[in-house]
Amino acid sequence: MAKLDMNAEGGPKFMADPFTIPDIKCGAMEDLDSYMAHPKHNTDLGFPGELIDNWQEVAIAKIGELAEKNRAFQVYLDSCVKCGACTDKCHYFLGTGDPKNMPVARQDLLRSVYRRYYTFAGKYFPKLVGARDLTREVLDEWYNYYHQCSQCRRCSVFCPYGIDTAEISMAARDIMNAVGKGQKYCNEIIAKAQDVGNNLGLNPKALRATLEDLEEDLEEETGLSVRIPLDEKGADILLITPSADFFADPHIDGLLGYAKVFHEAGVSWTVSSYASEAANFGMFIGSYENMRTLSLRIRQAAIDLGVKRIVFGECGHAWRVAYSFLNTLAGPFDFLDQDYPIPQHIMEFTHDMIQKGELNFDKSRNDHIRLTYHDSCNVARGAGMGGYEGGQFDLPREVLKACCNNYFDMDRDTTHESTFCCGGGGGLLTDELMDLRVKGASPRMTALKDVTDEHGVTHMAAICAICKTQFSKVMPKYGYEMDSIMSVHQLVASALILTGQEIEEDTAPEGNGVATEVSS
Amino acid sequence: MTATLFAILYYVATLLLVVGVAMKMRRYAKAPAPLKIPTMPAPRTMKGVYFRMFREVVVFESLFKSNKWIWLFGYLFHFGMLVVVLRHFRYVTYDIWWWLELIQPFGIYASYLMVIGLMGLLVRRIVVERIRYISSPSDYLMLILLIAIAATGMGMTFVQPVDIVAVKGFFLGLLRLQINPLPSSPMLLIHLALVALLMIIFPISKLMHGPGIFFSPTRNQIDNSREKRHIAPWAKKLEE
Repeated sequence: MAKLDMNAEGGPKFMADPFTIPDIKCGAMEDLDSYMAHPKHNTDLGFPGELIDNWQEVAIAKIGELAEKNRAFQVYLDSCVKCGACTDKCHYFLGTGDPKNMPVARQDLLRSVYRRYYTFAGKYFPKLVGARDLTREVLDEWYNYYHQCSQCRRCSVFCPYGIDTAEISMAARDIMNAVGKGQKYCNEIIAKAQDVGNNLGLNPKALRATLEDLEEDLEEETGLSVRIPLDEKGADILLITPSADFFADPHIDGLLGYAKVFHEAGVSWTVSSYASEAANFGMFIGSYENMRTLSLRIRQAAIDLGVKRIVFGECGHAWRVAYSFLNTLAGPFDFLDQDYPIPQHIMEFTHDMIQKGELNFDKSRNDHIRLTYHDSCNVARGAGMGGYEGGQFDLPREVLKACCNNYFDMDRDTTHESTFCCGGGGGLLTDELMDLRVKGASPRMTALKDVTDEHGVTHMAAICAICKTQFSKVMPKYGYEMDSIMSVHQLVASALILTGQEIEEDTAPEGNGVATEVSS
Repeated sequence: MTATLFAILYYVATLLLVVGVAMKMRRYAKAPAPLKIPTMPAPRTMKGVYFRMFREVVVFESLFKSNKWIWLFGYLFHFGMLVVVLRHFRYVTYDIWWWLELIQPFGIYASYLMVIGLMGLLVRRIVVERIRYISSPSDYLMLILLIAIAATGMGMTFVQPVDIVAVKGFFLGLLRLQINPLPSSPMLLIHLALVALLMIIFPISKLMHGPGIFFSPTRNQIDNSREKRHIAPWAKKLEE
């Protein structure tokens, strides 16, 4: 591992500890601008192509409409008392010091306008209650700062009323889309997923070729025919996984892990080319309709392929949409086998297999790794796992401990429901926002550095495609190797010995001299 | 004359408070929650949700996790105010209930807690840069209003006692639609006027956080989305 000496001038900064509150730097991030969507991408999603002439009128009306359609939006606009509890909870504020990245200040960008047009006090005493007119400057400010929110919901854990900035930021993006001010990254991807079936725009032919290559790799490694089936009618399980699992590192190693686990379980499964995407960016732009359109593809694929179960791969916000919203958006799933959770997470599947003692691990194969686990925000705060409260924290850790000898948790206040976002979630995983992404990662990187200092941790595992991509870009800037971020099923795959697999002595990775230590 | 004015003021303030809060709550109740968004991990039963809400309302659980100073001052203020308000019930009940009798002496101490809490919150709002940044004039004024109410109330106990039997007579009269004489102590009249003001602005201000929390989807929803389908009426229409 590279030396952790990154506090050089201009470089990304570790913090004294992950919770260090920065001095306020007004306007520090005001020049950041996420690229605007191409008109075609807006119209593809049913939004105006460009900023409409009467945008102000439409935006104000949209605020009223959302307040009537979404209780959270209405209640949260009214309830904030400005107590300040959330002000030091956002990783983007901690990383940038820009006060408009404090959750309450971010909400107030919109709340001030709501007050001006929808409340008595704001109509007649705007200065008194901080209400303001919706001007072009305000709209631009919305665009800027609502694209500096990863919708991670950490603030909602700490708000005494549960005010969720993600709800406000989703609504703000919905309002902006309604007037033709969409963001390129999200809208282009949603359009692609609705057209081709995945965020990458990978067509069925290319997908098939990729999966066949991977099957060959698996056969080479294991000497067994481990399959990654595509569009196989009558399979029991439909795997819905983020398309990054088909091509990106370390995502792809996770996919190989699912394939090995399914193989060992002896179940029949398939990927669908029609619904070849778990991610659902409709959530990021707060569009129920777009989120629903994408979700219905999964339902359709399940019906067309005649599967009995749906299993989701490692993807954070996708799991939130799957666990919390899929039944709402695309249910009821009465045509699936009701004996299994609908949908199920691959972690639940693997965990189940481990519980039954059906997976044979050689943990020493991961001995060159000293591991920690990053709770992805949408899994931690937006979904569940295992059918009990808090299962989303236990299952991944239990799976990791089953296949790794050296596991260490980071500071409890930076994990579980208090986990810090990777800095790239919520539709911000785009190059032009790299400065924000690097700064927003600093609380997590600092917590990681602490366990590196204390326990010699070398790697971090995650179950979110966005986290993995973000970390593989950002960790090198903090002195870690690019491959320090791993898929959980990557670790499963490297320790799993398949039935009938011939073990060559030299396939086991070499240890790096670190003494093996079993963490509790 | 004063009595008549205050009688009208209190009838109007009560009406605005009750109708205003009821209308807001009706609006909250009418707006559907289109999606399941409890902040996880969340309870998996209704009983669990009641317990979660109980912890939020009674011990300010999330605030405690968040910031011990805000929790301490906020808690002192709210708890002190609760006891003080309960203590005031003796002005509107003819016979004093036993428990009301019991808390009378504590009401005095509770007023100290209330003021200490409010002062703490005010000082933090001024001194802590982050909180100053997010504060509007109304945020300071709300604290000052509450401090003024508490101060005038305490003033009548410690500085300038008023004929509280007459005050009780006035309020019992209002309940029976009679206007009885009201002592014309300035401290009392300021106290009563400020309380009426607080009642009037309650439904149109951030004080709605009190009723609001019960409608907060991140706190009042059950984690059972995989087991039970949740759908809003407007969303159901998309399926037709």
